[in-house]
Amino acid sequence: MLVDSRSKPSAQTAPAPPTQTARRHALRAAGLLAATGVLVLVALASIAVGAKQIPLADVWHGLFHYSGTADDVIVHDTRVPRTLLGLLVGAALGVSGAVMQALTRNPLAEPGILGVNAGASAAVVSAITFFGVTSLTGYVWFAFAGAAVVSALVYVLGGSRAATPVRLALAGTAVTAALYGYINAVQLMDSAALDRLRFWSVGSLASANADTVTEIAPFIVVGLVIAALIARPLNAMSLGDDTARALGAHLTRTRVLSMVTVTLLCGAATAACGPIVFIGLMVPHIVRAITGPDMRWILPYAAVLSPVLLLGSDVVGRVITRPAELQVGIVTALIGGPVFIFLVRRKRMAQL
Amino acid sequence: MKAVRTPGGYSFRADTRSLVVVVALLAAALAAGVVLVGSGDFDIAPLDVVRTLFGSGTPQQDFIVNELRLPRVLVGLLVGAAFGISGAVFQSVSRNPLGSPDVIGFGQGSSVGALVVIVWFGGSATEVAVGALLGGLATGVAVYLLAWKKGVHGYRLVLVGIGAAAMLTACIQYLLTKAQLVDATRAMVWLTGSLDGRDWAQVWPLLALFALLLPVILAYGRPLRMLEMGDDAAYALGVPVQRTRTVLMLAAVLLNAAGTAAAGPISFVALTAPQLARRLTRATGPNILASGCMGATLLVTADWASQRLFGESRLPVGVVTGVVGGLYLLWLLVTERKAGRI
Repeated sequence: MLVDSRSKPSAQTAPAPPTQTARRHALRAAGLLAATGVLVLVALASIAVGAKQIPLADVWHGLFHYSGTADDVIVHDTRVPRTLLGLLVGAALGVSGAVMQALTRNPLAEPGILGVNAGASAAVVSAITFFGVTSLTGYVWFAFAGAAVVSALVYVLGGSRAATPVRLALAGTAVTAALYGYINAVQLMDSAALDRLRFWSVGSLASANADTVTEIAPFIVVGLVIAALIARPLNAMSLGDDTARALGAHLTRTRVLSMVTVTLLCGAATAACGPIVFIGLMVPHIVRAITGPDMRWILPYAAVLSPVLLLGSDVVGRVITRPAELQVGIVTALIGGPVFIFLVRRKRMAQL
Repeated sequence: MKAVRTPGGYSFRADTRSLVVVVALLAAALAAGVVLVGSGDFDIAPLDVVRTLFGSGTPQQDFIVNELRLPRVLVGLLVGAAFGISGAVFQSVSRNPLGSPDVIGFGQGSSVGALVVIVWFGGSATEVAVGALLGGLATGVAVYLLAWKKGVHGYRLVLVGIGAAAMLTACIQYLLTKAQLVDATRAMVWLTGSLDGRDWAQVWPLLALFALLLPVILAYGRPLRMLEMGDDAAYALGVPVQRTRTVLMLAAVLLNAAGTAAAGPISFVALTAPQLARRLTRATGPNILASGCMGATLLVTADWASQRLFGESRLPVGVVTGVVGGLYLLWLLVTERKAGRI
């Protein structure tokens, strides 16, 4: 892991005395539990807070003793799907960010910065405008195709393993610029499409309903499972290709699986709620500061903490311009931009 | 490279190939401009256009050429040149062929300024231009200050710019969702970049700015060339590194913001023009003049293509530069990677 190569020995590189390792594992497990607790609190807040405030007691009532009162309907039909979608999408973006950073050994790798989300967006925009696809299940496949093509393209163009953070970020940004040019052109030719797309292309959880959640969930779950399976080889690969091969990791298989994961996660997330940037950048960095460079801990932490950030941003967006909403994609960009700039300004990054 | 000595004891160096390329590109830009003036709903032959420009056409031709189409073409030429030059300066300062102002956030800054005027105030075209200018300048200053850390380093500048670009894109999209559909369409046209309906009021400020900034940029061309060798080498050769960079960036940001204010953030001209110019001149350094002429040629040709190729729908010029520029970018990334340069 390039960014945080403080000489803290991980369990793999330098075997510590067993008691110390056990204590560290217990500590990390406790931390994960605490993070899950925070996630539950944020999820409850996401159900309770909004244009109409719902007291926690009524949230409880709506969740477990549904009886059809007005608050119950809001909780059941609007807030719960929205929160579930936030959980899924947040986990997807965070984990895909962590996998991308490990795969490219690049601290700035992130589905938004590298243009993967823009690729999915361009494909979805094409699907809506040219092929008349209107259902989520229809255009999620386009989103996968777009995400796959762009992630492969940027990875190859950016110089594969030899890529520096700057090269990769520039390749991604340039491809993003090209794709946004295309998206803008499509929207210009068809003002009806513009009216639909300008809300989708911001990145918002507002359109969530139960169907969206059930349609998206299988893809994201599969993506998360694959990510969990490649945690070990990714650990080995962080030591460099030669060492990884010597340690018995399948380099090509791991890379292909990583790309599949990233495609599944980003494609599904983007299809469901539009391009959301910076979640996949910020969370792995925060997580790495807690867990150290071991992917087997980074991935679960990222899966838990990313939804905290996404749902938190969503709640903030609902509160600050009440009764209107600030789309979550805007909130995450406004929070994430400064974090990105902070990372860039750090000494290690400046040296590159 | 030839050294020319004058009798008075002065001498200057000139690269013959670069000189030829600049002259040829200038001719090409003007020729494309003449063709563009002549084409439209009422076609005029290029020779007639030239005759009219020199004041001996029919009154009808005179009105169409001098009042309707010439300002548009001049804005196109000037904006193209502005993008080309600011792109050359930025790519040289950041020492990266992708470090052009439209990639690292300045276009987005101008867009936010313009959109604020369109969406919140429903302002006129001039007010939109002022908004774009202020937005671009504010972004330039902010990025520069954020990238400052005992001096500004090229890579850090690019990366900070990318972060700023992402935030500004979010602002653009927020403003688009807040707009009425009519305003949103207008904003979208502006965002794509268009030369429609430009008149003399846009030409004069651009021309004045050029007269002011071009000498400054040219004067700093030589230090900039040494800067490309790296800060330490340039410093050792007596170049005031930070001052050169500050002055050049300020001038380039101004040019870029003025161009964006006049025609919208037409994408990829700033990225491609310097690269193409460099391949033609085969000279090192920023190739400022050649890039400017190349930018003007590109933009005017693209405008002609956007009028001709799409028939009735007449897409804004930014669509053409976007598509062509995107393809070019892919090619650039592939070849540069093969050569191991980026």
